[in-house]
Amino acid sequence: MTTKFTLDHEYIRVEGTIGIVGITPYAQEALGDIVFVELPSVGKVLKKGDEAAVVESVKAASEIYAPVAGTVTKVNEALTGEPGLINANPETAGWIYKIAIADAGELDALLDDAAYADLTK
Amino acid sequence: MAQNPTESLKTTPLIDQHIAAGGRMVPFGGYNLPVQYLIGIMAEHKWTREAAGLFDVSHMGPSFLTLNNPSGDAEADHAEIASIIEPLICGDIAGLRLGQIRYTLLLNETGGAIDDLMVARSPQHPGSLYIVVNASTKDGDFARIAAAAGGRATLHRADDDALMALQGPQAVAVLAAMVPGVSELGFMEYAPFDWGGEKLIIARSGYTGEDGLEVLCPAGTAPRLWDALLADDRVKPIGLGARDSLRLEASLPLYGHDLDETVSPIEADLGFAVSKRRREAGDFPGASRILAERDGGLSRVRVGLIVEGAPAREGAKILDADGTAIGMVTSGGFAPSLGKAIALGFVPPRYAETGRKLQISVRGRAQSAEIVPTPFVPHRYFRKPKAS
Repeated sequence: MTTKFTLDHEYIRVEGTIGIVGITPYAQEALGDIVFVELPSVGKVLKKGDEAAVVESVKAASEIYAPVAGTVTKVNEALTGEPGLINANPETAGWIYKIAIADAGELDALLDDAAYADLTK
Repeated sequence: MAQNPTESLKTTPLIDQHIAAGGRMVPFGGYNLPVQYLIGIMAEHKWTREAAGLFDVSHMGPSFLTLNNPSGDAEADHAEIASIIEPLICGDIAGLRLGQIRYTLLLNETGGAIDDLMVARSPQHPGSLYIVVNASTKDGDFARIAAAAGGRATLHRADDDALMALQGPQAVAVLAAMVPGVSELGFMEYAPFDWGGEKLIIARSGYTGEDGLEVLCPAGTAPRLWDALLADDRVKPIGLGARDSLRLEASLPLYGHDLDETVSPIEADLGFAVSKRRREAGDFPGASRILAERDGGLSRVRVGLIVEGAPAREGAKILDADGTAIGMVTSGGFAPSLGKAIALGFVPPRYAETGRKLQISVRGRAQSAEIVPTPFVPHRYFRKPKAS
């Protein structure tokens, strides 16, 4: 199981052909209290870099982009009632959507743990 | 707010306090100010509604307008200073009691708002007014007031001093423990007080919808006063983020967003700020438009909306039930006290009645919205019991 990161602070945790996408602890801290999450629809086909979801804090809306191309297979419905899950547990209960990865090769262009740690230090 | 990167940010006398408390500093109105502290906007907002929040509002523009040659007759001197400021605004200043503060608007010739501001009659110096304007407009406002004063009066800027706001149901009790007598102030009254030999100008006013105080204090004293207030565990520091969400719930307009030079006080639902005496005399800038609007000739009016789903932010289009654009959101966001999205915006009066179902376009999708009475969260200003 690998986790890769984007420059925009999304993570994608790869489990076989599926990627679980969310925002990093660094990103949730920067955004502050999250009050609303606009989820993608299941079945939506995304290109790498497409807007996939929107996370709203008290102050502002932030777009969440697709780290790689693929098709949305599942969304975290719990965020509809409890958007603060992203603040509390961004990497576990606060995941946003799952994507069937179209081209695993695209993962290579993303940051690994060390590179992401470097970006946010 | 857009910032010119080549222009260095000003700091307030409380910058060290903000950094020590973990304030997340952002540029705002030309100043480096905290948008939030460690506990975050939501917790800061709720704390202010439940206890007392301390805000650094030193970016604002406090000032004193003082007659150059007072006659010594207190009433005549007040009438004289009022006659200098009144031609610029729609408020009755001549009729203020000693120490009374009035919320009013600086208007252009077409009745649009150049700024919204507080004007107060000095409780002790005849022929002197305490005036507080907004940060982003202060240079222009001060120039306008100074020009109106000519050689008759002098505008003394006090914006190098510190201005802090202590807001919330516990605010007055907290400050009264340090500065005896502040609880005697009525809502929208101010007076000078002594704190360990330092002079503080304290007003019972604010921008949250709660009871509270705004304190003007010498820059050198400010860190000590700030720390002393925070030593009371009913008080937490509050950043600009919660200041905005608190004022939005209280439906208090934000200049540059809900008010600008095209918006009249009637359109902005601030008819109360057009004082009766001024209205009857029709002697303020833009009177013909404003009086006509008051008599029903209004093309748009500020309303409050509850928004279903994602928060609708400034600039979002307001649509009628059929999807036709009828207006625009001027301030919007999430209301921590209500747990839902709210917005202020302008629509034609025929859409403005409470309960009217409208829509707001957020990211290209129409979301349901409904006109609701404002303020969204009831004001809890202090009202002195009537003498029996």
